Amino acid sequence: MTPTGSPGPGLSNRRLALITGLVLAVVIVGVVALLVNIFERKQEGRNPFYRVVELDDTTEDPAIWGKNFPFQYDGYKRTVDQVRTRFGGSEAVPRTPTAADPRSIVAQSKLEADPRLKVMWAGYAFAKDFREERGHAFMLEDQTFTERQVVVKQPGTCMQCHGSIYVPYKKLGDGDLTRGFEKMNQMSYAEARKLVSHPIACIDCHDPGTMALRVTRPAFLEGMRALKASQGIPNYDVNAMATRQEMRAFVCGQCHVEYYFKGPEKRLVYPWAKGLSADSILAYYGESHHKDWVHATTGAPVLKAQHPEFEMWNQGIHARSGVTCADCHMPYMRVGGLKISDHHVRSPLLNINRACQQCHAWPEEELKARVERIQERTFELRNRAMNALVDLIHDLEAAQQAGKSDAELERARTLQRQGQFLLDFVEAENSSGFHAPQEAARILGESIDLCRQGQLALRGFTVTRAGSPAAAGAGTH
Amino acid sequence: MGSKANWVLSLGVLAGAAAGLGLYTFVYAKGGSYLTNDPAACANCHVMREYYDAWLKSPHRSVAACNDCHTPHTLVPKYLTKASNGWHHSFAFTSGRFPDQLHIKARNEAVTEQACRSCHEPIVQAIDAGHGGGISCIRCHASVGHLR
Repeated sequence: MTPTGSPGPGLSNRRLALITGLVLAVVIVGVVALLVNIFERKQEGRNPFYRVVELDDTTEDPAIWGKNFPFQYDGYKRTVDQVRTRFGGSEAVPRTPTAADPRSIVAQSKLEADPRLKVMWAGYAFAKDFREERGHAFMLEDQTFTERQVVVKQPGTCMQCHGSIYVPYKKLGDGDLTRGFEKMNQMSYAEARKLVSHPIACIDCHDPGTMALRVTRPAFLEGMRALKASQGIPNYDVNAMATRQEMRAFVCGQCHVEYYFKGPEKRLVYPWAKGLSADSILAYYGESHHKDWVHATTGAPVLKAQHPEFEMWNQGIHARSGVTCADCHMPYMRVGGLKISDHHVRSPLLNINRACQQCHAWPEEELKARVERIQERTFELRNRAMNALVDLIHDLEAAQQAGKSDAELERARTLQRQGQFLLDFVEAENSSGFHAPQEAARILGESIDLCRQGQLALRGFTVTRAGSPAAAGAGTH
Repeated sequence: MGSKANWVLSLGVLAGAAAGLGLYTFVYAKGGSYLTNDPAACANCHVMREYYDAWLKSPHRSVAACNDCHTPHTLVPKYLTKASNGWHHSFAFTSGRFPDQLHIKARNEAVTEQACRSCHEPIVQAIDAGHGGGISCIRCHASVGHLR
């Protein structure tokens, strides 16, 4: 009642007022936050992008494209990350820079992880230096400074897939992409390197006028033409005839494929004229008598398989269901009110919610466990195949030292060539079997069989078509 | 007396500001549309766009809209569900803490399950009788409303 009397109720009234005031303040903050958020989303939804700069067919620098497409460019720049998954991904390993190689960080060596690889690639540059691949951002740098360059003189052909090549090809060919490709193939790597300034960039996959996907690698255009011709479709033109969804795999397939350098002009060729499977490719090499090198230990004319992701994916259930590379490696993501493709290209295992759960309604841990189980099984079989190959190589070496003639060794050498290529096809493929699990297992099974057949051949046995071994000559054990 | 009057005045101002801002936000965010059964209202948010597009092409488009499957069929529980979802969505979108691929939570899944059963009761009873109940309709019929 009195102004100074009974402090109790006065204080509690004041406290009540204070609390109410605070609650109201928090409510206001919340409402304003919601309001601003809705406002921002509405603004973002109004214009999907702003044309800040003009892009044309000569705009090579991705930073310029990034002004119009900042979210895609942000993702693209994140491919510098080095994150491990159970079977893939790169790990940052520090190294002391030298004059020849200024890199202070590289990825872990695969040769050190499995020394059997050196036995497989004896006499080839890969036995000297082979590391886990890093992200797109490093493709040019890592190719420039690999020790493989020191061991063997690499051709300008490599550049097709280790740099942003569209503009350099066009310049070199006076506006003709294929002519530029042919000219650069015949240069030395060092010469060609001077013409290229960026790793893969926007213009390598996108038409600057429409942003539509576009294939820019001549070897892919030619490879697909040969493949489609074998299926009865003449004059196939990827850029004119592929669907939008197919293009979401084809732009990646421009580079993530098996290839070889054909003839003295070192033309880059994708060996698909008989089909995309490992066996079709092996048959193609058999007919064309191509060899990548002569094995230093055994003298066998052998082949190196190179990252056949596109081919392996084609044999799997995801390809069969129309799910492309971009669906899992560049899944749709939301940035505010916008929906964009994630240009931070990486393992889907690092992005399971967006990459897998769009279609598979299982918890992230469950999906990851499923993938890793497939990869563990593939890895186990791959190790068995590796042992079979190393055994065959040692047997061939011993037979050579025992003075056997080339004619006596020919059958075993052919089996080494075939078994080794099939093993390498799975080994070099960057999914540890996931892109096509049963196909990977089938290829490895075939590889083991061929290598063991090679050992039998050296002991005088041949394996009949029915699969049962029969002694070829009496006396041999 | 004077200090008490000040307190009341301040509280009044705050309360008025909260109410005014709330009302403005409600109108600006088309809050009224959420009280209706119009499925387009759910696509006010960009996040729902694809689900709405998919529903337009789904077998249920001519017989059941969003509310028919995602809210209970009685008045009070229906608006309680709307209020609870409205609160959770506002909070998640404002704080930005939500995954790109959304997953239905247990409570809402139960509401949907109940909705399937309320329209398809005769056939569901026959199925339940054979399997002892407890099978979720949408485990197999995942795309009847829209693709997830």
